[in-house]
Amino acid sequence: MNNQDEVIRFVVREARLIDEQRFDEWYELFTDDAYYWVPVTPGQTDPLSHNSIAYEDKLLLQLRIERLRSPLAYSQKPASRCLHVLQTPEVEKSDPDKGEYLTRTAFMYTETKGDDSQRYAATARHTLVWKEGRLRIRLKRVDLLNSDAALPSIQLFL
Amino acid sequence: MGKYRDDPQALERLVEPDRVHRDVYTDPEVFQLETERLWPRTWIYVGHTSQVPQAGDYITLDVAAQPLILVRQADGSVRVLLNRCAHKGTKLVSAPAGNTGRTFRCPYHAWTYRIDGSLVQVPLKEGYEGTRLQPQGLDVIANVEVYRGFVFARLSPEGIGLKDYFGDSLSSIDNLADRSPQGELEITGGCLRYLHNCNWKMFVENLNDTMHPMIAHASSAGIAKKLWQDKPADLPKPMAIEQYAPFANDYKFFDDMGVRVYEHGHSFSGVNFSIHSSYSAITDYEEQMRSAYGEERAKKILGTVRHNTVYYPSLTIKGAIQSIRVARPLAADRTVLESWTFRLKGAPESLLQRTVMYNRLINSPMSVVGHDDLHCYRAIQEGLAAKGNEWISLHRNFDPAEADAAELTANGTSEISMRNQFRAWREFML
Repeated sequence: MNNQDEVIRFVVREARLIDEQRFDEWYELFTDDAYYWVPVTPGQTDPLSHNSIAYEDKLLLQLRIERLRSPLAYSQKPASRCLHVLQTPEVEKSDPDKGEYLTRTAFMYTETKGDDSQRYAATARHTLVWKEGRLRIRLKRVDLLNSDAALPSIQLFL
Repeated sequence: MGKYRDDPQALERLVEPDRVHRDVYTDPEVFQLETERLWPRTWIYVGHTSQVPQAGDYITLDVAAQPLILVRQADGSVRVLLNRCAHKGTKLVSAPAGNTGRTFRCPYHAWTYRIDGSLVQVPLKEGYEGTRLQPQGLDVIANVEVYRGFVFARLSPEGIGLKDYFGDSLSSIDNLADRSPQGELEITGGCLRYLHNCNWKMFVENLNDTMHPMIAHASSAGIAKKLWQDKPADLPKPMAIEQYAPFANDYKFFDDMGVRVYEHGHSFSGVNFSIHSSYSAITDYEEQMRSAYGEERAKKILGTVRHNTVYYPSLTIKGAIQSIRVARPLAADRTVLESWTFRLKGAPESLLQRTVMYNRLINSPMSVVGHDDLHCYRAIQEGLAAKGNEWISLHRNFDPAEADAAELTANGTSEISMRNQFRAWREFML
């Protein structure tokens, strides 16, 4: 088994699970101590003392997923749909002994809701760890190209 | 010929004591008149002095469609200049923030100005000899006031003074600044900018609307509450749950919270307590506050836990968690909301981290609370196209005598703050 190929396949599948709204399977990709991070400032290094568009642990991701299914989530009428169009992920760092990988994936993201459609250019950086016999996400960081612009509601997962 | 520009009575008829006409939210001419009247005649939040600490530091922004520069002077004061070269009108600086050194130099023909706005030089100025042009400096906004680091400007040359305009509502800014053991604030952590496709007033009214959280936020706060109920009882409650859950509190909670209104449109909810009251204590900080202010004063400062204070029309603050939101209207149905966070100088980092978390949970374009708020504002914007009933209700707990009071405290679910905003709207629009 070629680790590099498996890492790339993992990143591609991760985006596909979001696009197909298979959120329970998507949630299971993350380690218990994982974070999903969308910084607001280009080059941002601090998620705690600096504002972010999102910085969510698994509890908050769970809340988001349950809310998307709630009949009381008014902003989801009609429901949003999204599609990630990925460039081939690059494995930027790899430590097969420790089972740790860092990938960089440029992508275009489209989110639609009724007649509204938004498009973003972004870069995803996945910090992946081999745990309990499978790859998992410890950190997914998404840098929107225009993260510091005035943005409308983004309701699904970049 | 404008429907409202040339007919003051028609404009006046849009606002009744207990209801307003839909055109205040939807009509482009009314929006234009707000830009020419309401915003220039009132005190608008420009920025915070901590954004421009050194001489030559500047930020740029638009207020009432006017491009402005807030710039720190060599003597430590701040000035607000029109961002427009006296030559051909070029904006001198286009970056949102930076340091210009000792001068602003126009990128087009190098007309150069000192940071106080005065003209330094015009290239080949003999070419203007004998012409009508009198080379001049930048327009300086005459009415700029700094209150505890908050810079406000009134663009109209004549009008009400800052202290008379805000009155005792300034106590919320005092409480925010006093929460620093040094009494000083620093804006830090960048800015969340959320584009709203609705009229700016819907957002400002919502700040003291306490009949909506348990409904609009049932899917976010309600689920946060439920998720936590399912966890083992001995787990420490995460800060995110502490911050989300109170949005799902019942009507009685929000009614008991209380609301206070002041002349000229200002108000705050959370007279008695607020959704921020039951956050976990930060022990070191309370000790710092006691040694800075003494037992009694520290208790008073930390016991003042207001919800949202509206400094009509542009600024809304949360003193209890040191964050502010600023409305920057772009069109009748388009508004940018800026959300900023403060470091309380001398206080533990955990307080900054608490407000930063609140800001991203509630005010970010990815906030699940923000999504449902904006959905409702947009739904109003679209619903108001309906013919038939052209009026928006502000009737809740209406008392005809309330208009006579300069300051009034009411039950928290009253719509008095909205009626109070529209009284100010009418005052400055006519």
